[in-house]
Amino acid sequence: MLVPEAVLDRAHEDVHKTQPWNNPDAVPYIRFENVTKKFGDFYAVDDVSLDIYRHELFALLGGSGCGKTTLLRMLAGFEEPTSGKIYIDGVNMAGVPAYERPTNMMFQSYALFPHMNVEQNVAFGLHQDGLPKSEIRTLVSDMLALVQMTKFTKRKPHQLSGGQRQRVALARSLVKNPKVLLLDEPLGALDKKLREQTQFELVNIQEKVGTTFVMVTHDQEEAMTMASRIAVMNEGVINQTGTPFELYEYPNSRYTANFLGQVNLVEGVLIDDDEKYAVIKSDEGGCEIYIDHAVQGHRGMTFWAALRPERLRLTKEPPEDTKYNCVSGKVEEIGYLGGISTYHVRLASGKRIKVTEPNSTRQIEPRYTWEDPVWVSWEAGAASVLNK
Amino acid sequence: MTSDTPEKSLSLKQRFDRWMIKHGRVLVIGIPYIWLFLFFLVPFLIVLKISFAMAEYAQPPYSSLFDWIEEGVTVTLNFGNYLFLLSDSLYATAYLNSIRIAAISTVITLLIGYPMAYGIARARGSVRSILLMLVILPFWTSFLIRVYAWIGILDREGLINAFLLWTGIITEPLIMRQTEGAVFVGIVYTYLPFMILPLYSTLEKMDVSLIEAALDLGCKPWKAFLKVTLPLSMPGVLAGSLLVFIPSVGEFVIPELLGGPNTLMIGRTLWNEFFANRDWPIASAVAIAMLVFLVVPIMWFQHTQSKQEERQS
Amino acid sequence: MSGKRSTFLISALVFGFAFLYVPILLVMIYSFNEGKLVTVWTGFSTKWYVSLFSNDGMIDAAWNSLRIGVMSATLALALGTPAGLVMSRFGRFKGRTLFSGMIAAPLVMPEVITGLSLLLLFVTLEQMVGWPAGRGISTITIAHTTFCAAYVAVVVQSRLSGMDTSVEEAAMDLGAKPAKIFFVITLPMILPALLAGWLLSFTLSLDDLVIASFVAGPGSTTLPMKVFSSVRLGVSPEINALATLIILAVSAMILISSLLILRSERNRSRAPSTEEA
Repeated sequence: MLVPEAVLDRAHEDVHKTQPWNNPDAVPYIRFENVTKKFGDFYAVDDVSLDIYRHELFALLGGSGCGKTTLLRMLAGFEEPTSGKIYIDGVNMAGVPAYERPTNMMFQSYALFPHMNVEQNVAFGLHQDGLPKSEIRTLVSDMLALVQMTKFTKRKPHQLSGGQRQRVALARSLVKNPKVLLLDEPLGALDKKLREQTQFELVNIQEKVGTTFVMVTHDQEEAMTMASRIAVMNEGVINQTGTPFELYEYPNSRYTANFLGQVNLVEGVLIDDDEKYAVIKSDEGGCEIYIDHAVQGHRGMTFWAALRPERLRLTKEPPEDTKYNCVSGKVEEIGYLGGISTYHVRLASGKRIKVTEPNSTRQIEPRYTWEDPVWVSWEAGAASVLNK
Repeated sequence: MTSDTPEKSLSLKQRFDRWMIKHGRVLVIGIPYIWLFLFFLVPFLIVLKISFAMAEYAQPPYSSLFDWIEEGVTVTLNFGNYLFLLSDSLYATAYLNSIRIAAISTVITLLIGYPMAYGIARARGSVRSILLMLVILPFWTSFLIRVYAWIGILDREGLINAFLLWTGIITEPLIMRQTEGAVFVGIVYTYLPFMILPLYSTLEKMDVSLIEAALDLGCKPWKAFLKVTLPLSMPGVLAGSLLVFIPSVGEFVIPELLGGPNTLMIGRTLWNEFFANRDWPIASAVAIAMLVFLVVPIMWFQHTQSKQEERQS
Repeated sequence: MSGKRSTFLISALVFGFAFLYVPILLVMIYSFNEGKLVTVWTGFSTKWYVSLFSNDGMIDAAWNSLRIGVMSATLALALGTPAGLVMSRFGRFKGRTLFSGMIAAPLVMPEVITGLSLLLLFVTLEQMVGWPAGRGISTITIAHTTFCAAYVAVVVQSRLSGMDTSVEEAAMDLGAKPAKIFFVITLPMILPALLAGWLLSFTLSLDDLVIASFVAGPGSTTLPMKVFSSVRLGVSPEINALATLIILAVSAMILISSLLILRSERNRSRAPSTEEA
C-alpha cells in the first residue's frame, strides 16, 4: 500500500456517504468482473475488474488505443465481452442488446440524426419507449430548458454550432433518465475555450440530475476537473483508480505519475529503511534521497523517486544540510511563462531535472540565466516512491 | 431483459418483433443472395453444362448430358466443342484480337483520361462539380446512340470525308468506318467516363500538400508527378483500366457497328454462333473460354474493390 | 502550380470534352436537317420528329422499354439496397466472399456472356418446371434486375461506408430495434443514393441491347433492339431525332436530380462555426 495510513484514516461515517468507494459495505452500481475483450489476437481490454458507485462522475483516462472506449462500448452493449461479466444495478448485462440496456450514450461525434430537428432528436428515445405524446412533449421541453436550447427546437443539426450540438446530444441521452450516462470524449470536438466553460456546465448538470456518469477522455486536465474518481488505463489494463488528489499525490506507478501532470523520475537503490523513514541512494541523481515514511521492499531493491517540478526549490547557494535531498547542476534551458518559470537543470550525471518556480515578486532582471550553477533541493515529504 | 412472459400472452406484433430479431439478419442476407445465386451464378453452371453438349435440330437445340437408363444416370461429356475451338484458327484469332484491341484501347483511354481526371481534381469547387457532371452525363446517355454518332462521322459518306473532300485535301473518300481504328475510337469514346471517374476519386482524395512537400524538397514538377502523384493514384489507374478492359474484351456493339467484316472480336463471334448459326453448344464453349481468359482480371477487379472497401471502413 | 502545367491540363480538358461532346452535338444538329443525306445540310426541318412519332414499331418498342425500365429499376432497388447494407454493415458471415463476388462481377461481365447464360437458364427452367413459359417482357425484366441490383448495391454500399456508424448506434442506444433503425434512420439518410441507384438502373435498362436481344421473345422488342436493327444499315435521320430526344430527356433528368442531391448534401455538410451563435 503506497497511500499512507493518514489518508485512509479520514474515512469516517461522513466520508462513507460522499466517498462510497472507501466504505467496505457500499454496493457498487456498475461492476466489471474480470472483463476481457479480444479483437482477433489483440487484447483491447485485458481482465479488467472495476466498481463504480451510484451518483459518481467516473472518468476512464488513457491514451488512444488503451481500451477505454472499448470498455465504454461494452457497457453500452455495442460490444460483448470475450469473457467476464458486467453488472448494472445488480443485473447481469450478458446478452442484453444495446436497445434494452438502462444506459444512454453521448457520442464523440454527437451522432445527431441529420434529418430530424432538435426536438425530434431529443424525443426519439422516448418514442421508442412508447410514452404518451403529451408526456413526451413535457419531458423534451424540460430537458431543452435544462441545456438552454429552448430557442432552437426547430433547427436541424447542420444549423447549429458545435457547442449547441453538444447540448442537444446531452439532452437526447439524458431525457430517457438512464441509470448510467456514458460520455465518449464529451468535449473532444469543442475548441479549447468552450471546452473549459462546458466542463463546469456538465458537472453542474450531473449534480442537478444525480445520474451516474461514466466518461472516456484522453485529456488529464478534463478528467481531473470533472471526475469524482479516475481510472488510468494503459494497454487494456487499469493502472490505478482513485480520486484526482490520490492519483496526483500518490501515484502507484511511473506510468500514472507521468500521465497526470509533470514529474521527474530519479532511479535509485534502497540503502537504509526503518518504520519511520527510508533512504534511497541514486547514482542518476548523484545524491541520497531521504523519505519521511516507510517503504515496502528490501535493501538493494530498485525504486524510483517521483519529484513534481513545483515541489523543487532552486537556489544559487547550497542549502544548509547537503546530506540529503539536494543536487547541484547547471541551468540549461529556461522557459519564462509569466506567472511561472520552468528551468531544466543538467546534473553532473547528465540527467536533466525540471523545476518550476512561481514568479511571485517582480524582479528587475531574470533570477537565473543559462549556465548558472544552481542547487535543487526538496522536503523529505515531497518525493513519492515507486517500485514499478 | 430476461422477463418470464409466457409465450401465450405475447401479442402478434411482439411475436413478429422477436422473430425479426432472431431471423431478420438471415432474411436480409438471404433474399439478395438467393436472387443473385439463381440468376447470376447458376446460369454460368448451365452454360458450362451445355458447352459439353452436342448441337441438335431440336427444341432446345442441344443434346442432353444425362440419360436416364434402368440402373441410373449416364453422363455423356462431349469435348468436341472445345476441340473445334482449338482446331479452327478463327477462334484463336478472335480471342487474341479481342485482348489486343481491348488492351490498346485501355492504354489510349488511360492516356486521355488521366490528364482530364487530374485537371478536374485540381479545379476549384464549383468548376469541379460542373466538369464532373460533364463527365457523368455521357455515361448516362444511351451507349448505342453514342456509338451510332460515330457512324455519321466516320462513314464513307460521313462528315469527315465530306469536309476533307470539300477542302480538296483528298479526292477519294477515306475508309475510316469498318476498320480497326474505328473500333479503337468507339471503345475509347464510350468507356472514357469509366476511366475518369475512379481516377478522379483517388486523385481528389490525395492531399495537395504532398506534392507541395515534394516541390519544397527540390523535386521538379514533372518528377514530383512521377514520384508522388502517379504511385499514389495507382489504385484508381488499376480500377479504371480494369473497368475499361474487361467489358471491351467481350464488346459486341462497337465492332459490329464500327468495325469491318475482318475485325474479329470474340463477343461478335459468340453472337454470330448463337443468332446466325444457332449453335448453342459452340456459343457456350466460346463463352466459357472467354470467361477463362477474363477470370484473372475479374478477380483482380474484385480484389481492388474489396481493398477499397476496407480502406473506407 | 506552374503555368505550363495548367495550360497542359486545360488543353487536355478542352480536347477531352470536345471528344466527348462533338459527336453527340452533331447528331442533335443533323436531326433538324431536312435532307435524307446526313452529310449535306439542306435546311431546317422538324419533319423527322413527325415521322418518328408516326412510326408505330418505334413507339411500341419505346413503350416496352419504359415498362421494363421502371419495373427492373424498382426491383433492383428492392434487392440491391439490402445487398449494399449487408456488404457495409453486416461484418463477416458464411459465404460473404461469394456474395461480394456476385455483386462485383456483373459490373464488368461482358454482356454477351450474361445474356447467353440467362437465356440458357430460362430455357432450362422452362424445360424443368414449365416457367417462364416462353420469353418476353418478364424475362428481360428479370435479366435487367439482376445486373442493375449489383449497381444499386455498389452505390448504396459506398454511401453507407462513408456514413458515420455512430448515428445508427445512437438510435440503438436510445431503444430502437434494428429493423426500425433501418427504416427511420438509415433509409432517410441514404435517400439521395437510392434515388441515384434507381435512376442509374432505369437508364441502364433503357440502354441495354445485348442482354435483351438474348432473352427477348416475340413481341417484346425493346427500343435499343429496334434502333440497332435500323442503325446496322447506316445513318437514318429518324434515329437522329430519337437520339436527340433521348439525350435531352436524360440530361434534364440528371441535371434535376444532381441539383437535388447536391443541395441536400451541401445543406448537410455546411458546418457553421464552432463558436456559440
